[in-house]
Amino acid sequence: MILTEESIQKIKEKAARYPHRKSAILPALTVAYRQVGHLNDEIYREIGRVINIPPVEIAEAATFYTMFPKKPVGKYLLQVCHNLSCALVGADSMITYLEDKLGIKKGETTDDGLFTLISVECLGSCATAPMIQINHDFHENLTREKLDKLLEELRAKA
Amino acid sequence: MSFYSPVITNASEATSNEKLHLFKYVEDPQQHKSEIFESHGGYTAWRKVLGGMSTQQVIDEVKNSGLRGRGGAGFPTGMKWGFVPKNSPKPTYLCCNADESEPGTCKDRVLMERDPHGVIEGMAIAAYAIGCHIMFIYIRGEFNHCIERMEEAAREARERGHLGENIYGSGYDLEMIVHSGGGAYICGEETALLNSLEGERGMSRIRPPIPAIEGLYASPTIVNNVESLAAVPHIINRGADWYKALGTEKSTGTKLFSLSGHVKRPGNFEVELGFSLEKLIYDPEYGGGILDDKKLKGVIPGGASTPFLTPEMINVGLDYESLTTVGSMLGSGAVMVFHEGTCIVWIIKKLIHFFRHESCGKCTPCREGTGWLENMINRIEAGQGQPGDIEKIEEVCGNILGRTICPLGDAAVMPIQSAIKNWREEWQYHIDHGKCQVETDFSFR
Repeated sequence: MILTEESIQKIKEKAARYPHRKSAILPALTVAYRQVGHLNDEIYREIGRVINIPPVEIAEAATFYTMFPKKPVGKYLLQVCHNLSCALVGADSMITYLEDKLGIKKGETTDDGLFTLISVECLGSCATAPMIQINHDFHENLTREKLDKLLEELRAKA
Repeated sequence: MSFYSPVITNASEATSNEKLHLFKYVEDPQQHKSEIFESHGGYTAWRKVLGGMSTQQVIDEVKNSGLRGRGGAGFPTGMKWGFVPKNSPKPTYLCCNADESEPGTCKDRVLMERDPHGVIEGMAIAAYAIGCHIMFIYIRGEFNHCIERMEEAAREARERGHLGENIYGSGYDLEMIVHSGGGAYICGEETALLNSLEGERGMSRIRPPIPAIEGLYASPTIVNNVESLAAVPHIINRGADWYKALGTEKSTGTKLFSLSGHVKRPGNFEVELGFSLEKLIYDPEYGGGILDDKKLKGVIPGGASTPFLTPEMINVGLDYESLTTVGSMLGSGAVMVFHEGTCIVWIIKKLIHFFRHESCGKCTPCREGTGWLENMINRIEAGQGQPGDIEKIEEVCGNILGRTICPLGDAAVMPIQSAIKNWREEWQYHIDHGKCQVETDFSFR
């Protein structure tokens, strides 16, 4: 079993709210993603058993949504918005800066397994750009200084 | 984790200006608590509605106010509610669309983070108007802070008797479900949102039937944007005539504008519809002018899918009609500004990448067309453009426009067509010289 008892309980609670249980698929995937950090076939099977839906239907939905990584990522998933508003104030150079600083290319994970760097589509922080989502939290109005400090804090916490 | 986006707002203006209402309390750090919200007059409209207004009275009030959808399409809200069949044998549903993902748009977030009960009150009134007993808010999955905020607020509203069974002793029952999405732009389109809410891939549905007849679980469903719903309690409290007196004759009320890009003070601002775009960009109380005092090159006035405006066009009112007369659209009110040091091909490269990524893949012209466009535009941007590329891009655009089930295809094409129309020479230069006419360098500071 990958899902913890706590996650299973949460999924059951969420599923019970809906008039049709299939609606619980996305919330269930979110619970699993929060626990595991990514999704895979085994997780689809486990969710399927919990909410009584064929795993293929879970997979069908999950693979549409790019928010959920489908393979393991680093402890910290660095998601840099690279759309227009962020790009106008330096998002692309922020990605290059992170690539140099972490010694990886976009899409890769550092050797110590701490950081995975990806670019993502608009996260609705256009007036607080540039920004980065790290795992589930937003960090906005970034400067080099703030970003350096942020990475140091994450390293210290790890 | 902080629940607050550090975004700038004009809340201080809203507290002293009687006409503004959506942002009045968004800088009050306690506003998200029901008790504080109530002390600011919260839930009085909901009490008034349940205290004796008929569903038709609520619909008529909103219809008469002239409120139009704030998510992008601008469809009259009250009229939409009126499409729900009376005495339907099936349950009816309300879905608040909080999928906010049109590039440049970051306004609904502020309402959910800082004034969640205002959103709930608006939703409740809309739900009552259409005879709904289970209402949903579909929030994009990345907005964890909003999801937690709304869940907490819904729980609190239920505890304090604003939701649940027999609300205020009226006999009316209403439950609320906070639903987290999976981060897909297309799910902001109402039929895709409904598919996503049903646990399917977020692909658009063919209309008819419209959702008001057959929407969620094949039942009558109304989908309204967060900002539209947040305006409803104020209309009920102060009346349609008060609301109608705000803004312009045809674009009534106030609107939240998300200002981003090359301005000194990016932020979210509530202004009356018809407010000057020029003033929004240059006034020190709002945008404060162009970053580094450079010259303005262009503006996208309503989100990534709306046609560009050039500097000579910005002396225009921000309302549905005025922006149409200059060939663009109000959209979601996302104003993106860029200065003279910005290559237009680079901008389009950014936009088309987004639309290709977010195309759901159901309609061939959109799925394949956005891919072709991105490949061609990337080639030009990389200095590999060939004679005839501009015409080819125009041809592909023409083959997408109006040929898809949902507006995503049109959304992808319209900015490209307008970028070519307004800056054709610059595109030609890029192809002829294999490089940008203006050097684009946006260093991260």
